[in-house]
Amino acid sequence: MKKVYGSASEALDGLLFDGMLIAAGGFGLCGIPELLIDGIVESGVKDLTVASNNAGVDGFGLGKLLDTRQIRKMMSSYVGENAEFMRQYLSGELELEFNPQGTLAERMRAGGCGIPGFYTKTGVGTVIAEGKEVKSFRGEDYILEEGIFADLSIVKAWKADETGNLVFRKTARNFNPPAAMCGKVCVAEVEEIVPLGSLDPDKIHLPGIYVHRLIQGEHEKRIEQRTVRKREEA
Amino acid sequence: MPWDRNQMAARAAEELEDGMYVNLGIGIPTLVANYVGDKDITLQSENGMLGMGPFPFEGEEDPDLINAGKQTITELRRTSYFDSATSFGMIRGGKIAAAILGAMEVAENGDLANWMIPGKLVKGMGGAMDLVAGVGRVVVVMDHTNKHGDSKVLRECTLPLTGKGVVDRIITNLGVLDVVEGGLKIVETADGVTEEELRAATEATIV
Repeated sequence: MKKVYGSASEALDGLLFDGMLIAAGGFGLCGIPELLIDGIVESGVKDLTVASNNAGVDGFGLGKLLDTRQIRKMMSSYVGENAEFMRQYLSGELELEFNPQGTLAERMRAGGCGIPGFYTKTGVGTVIAEGKEVKSFRGEDYILEEGIFADLSIVKAWKADETGNLVFRKTARNFNPPAAMCGKVCVAEVEEIVPLGSLDPDKIHLPGIYVHRLIQGEHEKRIEQRTVRKREEA
Repeated sequence: MPWDRNQMAARAAEELEDGMYVNLGIGIPTLVANYVGDKDITLQSENGMLGMGPFPFEGEEDPDLINAGKQTITELRRTSYFDSATSFGMIRGGKIAAAILGAMEVAENGDLANWMIPGKLVKGMGGAMDLVAGVGRVVVVMDHTNKHGDSKVLRECTLPLTGKGVVDRIITNLGVLDVVEGGLKIVETADGVTEEELRAATEATIV
C-alpha cells in the first residue's frame, strides 16, 4: 500500500468535505503541519471544525485558514496570539470551545484508542464543568469528557519511513501523536522520508499504523518568541 | 519593606526540595529557577519536556525547542521529550510534585482564579486547570493587592475559577500564608512588614 504522495494537495485529495472535523498537531507554531494547512487553504473546503491547541498567528499556521474564513469552530486551550481570530470570535463569526490543554490532549488520545469518554479532575467546579456529568470516585469529584473522533488528522514529524513510522524532534512532538491517533484518516508531513530499515524500530515515536498518507517538504518553522541569553552571562 | 519580584521568587524557591519535578508558570514563577541553588530540581514544560534548560545563546535558537510560553530554550543532559497526552498524564497523575503559579485572585478555601476576566479578551486557560487539579502541591506567587490597592487574597473569588480548593500556599509581597481549615494561616511576614499590615491588606479570614 502506497503511502507517499507528491504534494499536500495530492495527499489530501478525496479526504476533504465541508463541515468536517480536523485534528491538527502542533503547539504554538512548533511542530505544526504547515504544508497540509496550505493544501487545505488551496482546496477551499469550508465550515471546518478544527481541534488544535492553538490557532496559529495572523497569516501563518492555522491563521491562514482563519484569514480565508474556512474555519467555523475551534477547539483549543489558548488562542491569544491571533488578532484575526479575536476579531472573528468577538463578531460571532467563529465559534470557540475552550478545552483545558491536558483535557484536549487526552480527548484526542482517547478517541484514537476507542475510548468515547473518560473522567478527569481537571475543571471540576469551573465553567468547564457546566453541563458535564459529575461522578465521585474514592470521595473525589470528576467530570466526564468525551473522546475526539476526527474525520481527518494533519500532523508534522521530523522523519518517516515509507510505511509511515514517524520520529519527532524535541518539543515539536507535542500534540502530533494524539492528534494523529484520533483521525479516521491521518496525513503526515515530514522533513525527510528515509529509506526503509534506517529508523531504529526501538526509537519510533508513532507507529505507521496511525499514518495513512505521507508527504515530504521544506518547512519554514517560524519562531514565535525568540528568547536568548548573552554569552558573557555564561 | 515588602518583597520585590526577585525576593518573592527567592522565597518561593525555598518551597522546592531536592529531587522534585516542578512546573513553573509564567511571570514571577519563571524567576524561581534562578534561586534553586544547589538543589537538584527538574523543571517540566507541559508542551512535552522534562529537564528544561536556560535560554539559548544568540544564534543557537532551535524552532523545535520551546517552552510552554513558546520561548526558545535549551535541553540539559537529563532532558526527556514526550507528547502532550503523556505530559498531562504525568500532571494529572500526580507525578509532578509542585506547581508555582501566578494568580489574579485566591480565596481562603484555596479557590484559584487566574485565567479570565469577564468582559475582557479571553485567551484561554492553556494547561493551568490541568496543573492545579493534578500536581502534588500548588504554590501561588502574586502581589497581595491589585493596582487599585484591593486585596487579591479574598473570602471568595469573584472571577471565574481555574480550580476549586486547589491552592496550598500563597506567597505575596507581604508574606506567606497557608490554606488551612477555616481560612488562612500566616506562616511568615516579609522583612519589615508587620502582621497587622498583612492582616489589613487581606480580605480573607485569617485563623
